[in-house]
Amino acid sequence: MDNALIRGLRLVGRLTVDGIWQIGATTRFMGMVLLRSGMTFRRFRLLMDEIYFAGALSLIIIIVSGLFVGLVLGLQGYETLKRYGSAEAVGTLVALSLVRELGPVVSALLFASRAGSAMTAEIGIMKSTEQLSAMEMMAVDPFSRVISPMFWGGFLSMPLLAAIFSATGIFGGYLITVVVIGVDAGAFWSQMQASVDLREDILNGVIKSIVFGAAVTAIALFEGYDAPPTAEGVSHAVTNTVVTSALAVLALDFVLTAFMFTGV
Amino acid sequence: MRRLTIDLWVGVFVTAGLIGLLVLALKVGNASSVSVSDGYVITADFDNIGGLKARAPVKSAGVVVGRVERIGFNNQNFRATVTMRIGNQFEFPKDSAVSILTAGLLGEQYVGIDGGGDVELLGDGDKVRLTQSAIVLEKVIGQFLYSKAAEAGSGN
Repeated sequence: MDNALIRGLRLVGRLTVDGIWQIGATTRFMGMVLLRSGMTFRRFRLLMDEIYFAGALSLIIIIVSGLFVGLVLGLQGYETLKRYGSAEAVGTLVALSLVRELGPVVSALLFASRAGSAMTAEIGIMKSTEQLSAMEMMAVDPFSRVISPMFWGGFLSMPLLAAIFSATGIFGGYLITVVVIGVDAGAFWSQMQASVDLREDILNGVIKSIVFGAAVTAIALFEGYDAPPTAEGVSHAVTNTVVTSALAVLALDFVLTAFMFTGV
Repeated sequence: MRRLTIDLWVGVFVTAGLIGLLVLALKVGNASSVSVSDGYVITADFDNIGGLKARAPVKSAGVVVGRVERIGFNNQNFRATVTMRIGNQFEFPKDSAVSILTAGLLGEQYVGIDGGGDVELLGDGDKVRLTQSAIVLEKVIGQFLYSKAAEAGSGN
């Protein structure tokens, strides 16, 4: 009875301390990554490799999923709007939902599972096989040689991936509604252009994708760096990366949407 | 060789991303339409603006000539003050009339300008005197019922 109470309190205490430690460690880690990113931009090769890895290799999955999301949005939107006799507004529907929400969010989720998990695994295994320590022994700073380039590669790739996702999605919506179903092409584009605003919608979407890119890459790198140096530890860290970044993206999306698209 | 492939793919990726952004900005967005930042500002007082919102279009003869910048309330005469920014290339006489109209039956509301015959033109900061408020459906229905009742009354 008494024991259970003490154990419960101890659990709360440990969770609090762990939580605070986690916040502090993440902040310190990100500070190190940012402070030592000088080499990333001096040795451009490192950054190129990471953009290739995080961005170019994600192109296929982003384009294919963007196309299918656009196709589905077009079909569903058409079926619903048809009832109200405003099938032409389907362009507006597809463009606004992609540019504002689905583009940044879905591409961040895909990015987390495609590139984020791989980053975590790479750093976790480098740590468990003591490659990071070996680098330090050779007076090579693992932060500026490995981790910073990864961060900047992911940070720069994510907005481009989100833009590609939205653009292919809108193309998919165009394909299904205009080419297959036969909605008027002029009305499709003009209604879309009348309601999508450059600053309100597109710029805010880009800002969202930048925030998501930074969050996902930071989580992936920290989980890898923080992983216990065992096979099990690395596998847990990879799972954690995908779960945590998915939750972080959705929570951040809510916060950003509340700030950007409400009011007047 | 591998180096070159990586460079090629990074190039493809970055170009595709930039093209995506450009397509979004030009084809999907309305970057090519009247820009809001330059132009002159005119104001008008309305008895009732209905559902007019900031950034609603200002049209003359169906052409978008500007945007509603701000909507305020005048404490002196209890009317709504609508501030509009009109593109520099569009000129209207001083005695032009502005009215709040609705696009279609359920469409958004916009401000319409009907040009007058004055030789002097509206300039920055000018106030338009002739205004016509938004039509409030309840009032129209009320008037209709009144006139019907009056007709019925006179018939008896």
